[in-house]
Amino acid sequence: MGKKQKLILTIILLIGLFALSWFVNVEMDSYVRRIINLCLIYAIIGLSMNVTNGFTGQFALGQAGFMALGAYVVGVFTVPVKLRANVFYAVPMNPIIADIQLPVWAALIGGGILAALVAFLIGAPVLRLKGDYLAIATLGFSEIIRIVITNASSFTNGALGIKDIPTLNDTRYIFIATAITFIFISLLINSSYGRAFKAIREDEIAAEAMGIDLYKHKCLAFMISAFFAGIGGGLYAMLLGTVDPKNFLFTLTYNFLLIIVLGGMGSITGSMLGAIVVTAGLEYLRVFDEPLELFGVNIPLFRPGLRMVIFSILLMVCVLFWRHGIMGTKEFTWEGARAFIKHPLRVFGKKGVA
Amino acid sequence: MKLRKILAALLASSLAIGALTGCGGSKKSAGKDGDVIKVGVFLPLTGDNAAGGELELRGIKLANKLHPKVMGKKVELVVADNKSDKAEAASVAARLIEKDKVKVIVGSYGSSLSMAAGNIVKEAKVPAVGTSCTNPQVTANNDYYFRACFIDPFQGTVMANYAFKKGAKKVAIIQEVSNDYAVGLAKFFKDAFEKLAGPGSIIETANYQTGDKDFSAILTNIKAKNPDAIFAPGNFTESALLVKQARQLGIKAPFLGGDTWETQEFIDVGGKDVEGVAFSTAFDREKATTAEAKKFLEEYVKEYKGEPSALSALAYDAYLIAINGIEKANSLDTTKIRDAIAKTKDMEGVTGKTTLDKNGDPIKGAVIKTVKDGKFKYLDFVAPGK
Amino acid sequence: MEIFQTIANMTGAALAQHVANGISLGSLYALIAIGYTMVYGILLMINFAHGDIVMMACYFAYFGIAIFNLPWYVTVVVTVVLTALLGALIERTAYRPLRDAPKNSVLISAIGASFLLENLANYLFSGRPKRFPRIPILEQNLSFGGVQIQVISFVIPVVTIIGLLILLHVVNHTKTGMAMRAVSKDYEIARVMGINIDNVISVTFMLGSALAAIGAFMWGVKYPGITPMMGVMPGLKCFIAAVIGGIGNIKGAVLGGFILGMGEIMIVAFFPQLSGYRDAFAFVVLIVILFYKPTGLLGEKLMEKV
Repeated sequence: MGKKQKLILTIILLIGLFALSWFVNVEMDSYVRRIINLCLIYAIIGLSMNVTNGFTGQFALGQAGFMALGAYVVGVFTVPVKLRANVFYAVPMNPIIADIQLPVWAALIGGGILAALVAFLIGAPVLRLKGDYLAIATLGFSEIIRIVITNASSFTNGALGIKDIPTLNDTRYIFIATAITFIFISLLINSSYGRAFKAIREDEIAAEAMGIDLYKHKCLAFMISAFFAGIGGGLYAMLLGTVDPKNFLFTLTYNFLLIIVLGGMGSITGSMLGAIVVTAGLEYLRVFDEPLELFGVNIPLFRPGLRMVIFSILLMVCVLFWRHGIMGTKEFTWEGARAFIKHPLRVFGKKGVA
Repeated sequence: MKLRKILAALLASSLAIGALTGCGGSKKSAGKDGDVIKVGVFLPLTGDNAAGGELELRGIKLANKLHPKVMGKKVELVVADNKSDKAEAASVAARLIEKDKVKVIVGSYGSSLSMAAGNIVKEAKVPAVGTSCTNPQVTANNDYYFRACFIDPFQGTVMANYAFKKGAKKVAIIQEVSNDYAVGLAKFFKDAFEKLAGPGSIIETANYQTGDKDFSAILTNIKAKNPDAIFAPGNFTESALLVKQARQLGIKAPFLGGDTWETQEFIDVGGKDVEGVAFSTAFDREKATTAEAKKFLEEYVKEYKGEPSALSALAYDAYLIAINGIEKANSLDTTKIRDAIAKTKDMEGVTGKTTLDKNGDPIKGAVIKTVKDGKFKYLDFVAPGK
Repeated sequence: MEIFQTIANMTGAALAQHVANGISLGSLYALIAIGYTMVYGILLMINFAHGDIVMMACYFAYFGIAIFNLPWYVTVVVTVVLTALLGALIERTAYRPLRDAPKNSVLISAIGASFLLENLANYLFSGRPKRFPRIPILEQNLSFGGVQIQVISFVIPVVTIIGLLILLHVVNHTKTGMAMRAVSKDYEIARVMGINIDNVISVTFMLGSALAAIGAFMWGVKYPGITPMMGVMPGLKCFIAAVIGGIGNIKGAVLGGFILGMGEIMIVAFFPQLSGYRDAFAFVVLIVILFYKPTGLLGEKLMEKV
């Protein structure tokens, strides 16, 4: 398959998916749209986490914090000025920013940039650490961000949260944002930077010996990861229309961890699939939270809380028995698709061959 | 290996497909649309706020039992758990409206959860009646959200007046800074008290986070300042520990709080250390003068044994407001129902005669209660407009 | 500046009270930190589920006294045994299968185990806080010239020190302890020398969990509201305490626990306006330590981590 052919096929696919998102936007009810939008947003954030954890092999758990930064930039700057006094009713909004209102797309990008900046500042001390230490340190920063947001009331309204953020439940826009994210990161991973990331993942010492500047590349991965997590956070804020610091506890990061583990750490398509399975799956599992009557007998096993237990068990099963996730480190390729269509079952036998 | 992969892929795809084609749950509410009217119940039944959610569910179920019909049709409750999480709250509200096609939503406990649903009900034009969410923002700028309870500005003022009445000149505030309810209440208390006792009468404001267990440092500092009273709005778990530790440190000043203290766990965890605290709430047996209230009390004790809390009473009233709206509108058109609810006037509820103001908030008085001999006891009543 | 006024206004009694509170909190952190450091010393992994093991221990104790009506000293023993078994079970099911897998997998597994315990507790016991049973002797209040201390607050540091001494004895003067030290020094060689790695690791987990159970019991007496998520923050903080003292070093864990507990109390004592940031204190200290002395205060040199 020639390069040109693949490019054309990819463009057709993207247009097709966009048309699908248009269809969803028009035909489906707001509940289904909401779930799909949440899937897409989680896909963006999952992918952002995959950039550091999956591709560069750096175990960072700070996504919730970066999401929060993006969400709050959007929240603080897009609420219409005349409604702000109402929202900031306990501690009045800080006069420096009280009258600044940004258009939505500017706030989104601004949020991403702020997250990337913070990532840069955090990265300096933290990226020297490895493995568990990095995990705890990034988790710590995620919490520090949240605690600062909770206390800086004149900027963020603290625990009261921000309300009346212009809402966005439009699948088309969210799809475009998701597509841009995926395209950008695909290009990144296939570039020399991407190869450097993977080299660092495989063997840091060897990579350094080959002349790769470890710190610079780790920092870059971290910042890009934070940027997209910030964008995802901003979209999240707009989907909900309100944010408060409690949304961004570090336990939120566990969601994304599951997405990338399930989808395959190190696979872009994997992040997408993982996001769909986890988000839609959680909704589907809702059935376990409701009382079940078999033959008229109420089974006490099914009550609120069972859904999350099953979810956690799935995570454990995935980690223990299926570490590579759905896609492992493979990607969706046109050759792979063609081979799949020709011999569907062969995919399950061989290792990564078209 | 092969089998495992196939199974896994099948599992993954079936989950994805199953979810996208409209999820389970709607199978349960399989009544024909013609002969039931569905009312959505939107509460936290798991997560941090589960305790409150459960109590409110009791109130709603009781109300449904005693008022099972409206417009000649049976009222069916569709209960959905918002897991004390905002994103869940939004999804669940959307689901109740789109999949279960409820005509009105009752809930939630927890203002931030109600706010998350706020945009959804506004867009879908389905009215919602909040049960005990006291944050003024829930109904502000939202024509489709109403509530059965008083709002924080009123509650904070009530407690400030009470403290002043009892002779307090300097008060310390200890607030759960990561809890919007506590922060809001603390602010209104501060404003009202400073108006009464002069600026600087709030001698200290200390903060703690949800989940904190150790307040010895803050309390030791406050002890040194010797306040006449301490206003400590917050969730009952932390508050009970706070009061307990304060007593252990030898702080004798009376503690004041808000309606979240009215749960059995507060007394359980606090033990005899919480004797004598005072807090505002919406309902008490002694002030239960309406016929509806008497019915409520009788049925509650029969069904659940033990005294009902204000949360159950408020939830009961929220249901009544909703049903009343449907009845008055005499139509299943949700915008008409909304208009009817907005006009609620002198509706006889458990917590008194309810009239909703232009924001959708009831004009109501507050009851002040205390803990005596291990039980909640009525202290005082404050009429609205004070 | 406010701080000077705060210092000036603080009486001796208030300061003494703060110190007493700090010691009390510190020893609780210390007991739990030991569990983290032992596991890390041997397996070089953070047992994220340790904080939740503390939570489960509290529930075990609650059920023992409140539901099964056992006398409290019996419940302590039962709780310790059950928790030790729980710790060993988690090791067996979540960590052992991944022993030869890349490091990150074990970490994810630990997070998963922690998550599972929290959700399980939420499902089984509901999120409503339960009241840890009252133990009248331990709750008596003693007064020393303006300083109020509960009996339990004396008991905690004493038990911590005793626990520490017993543990040090086991580690330094018994065969099992020697095996543990060998495995933590060099895993592969120890295996080659015939030490049964699986057993040693199980014993390590059990010891760490047992100490955590004792800590949990005392935690429950001091802070009686138990909820499924109660182990999360303390878990993180105790891990940080272990890092401060030098991860892998038991005495370090105890030292770190005291430093963190005392530090938290003192920060709020001297800077009351920062009381909302109290949790952030632990994380800030962590970053500082990782930056300037990553091996911790008493730590041995660990080559790979930094």
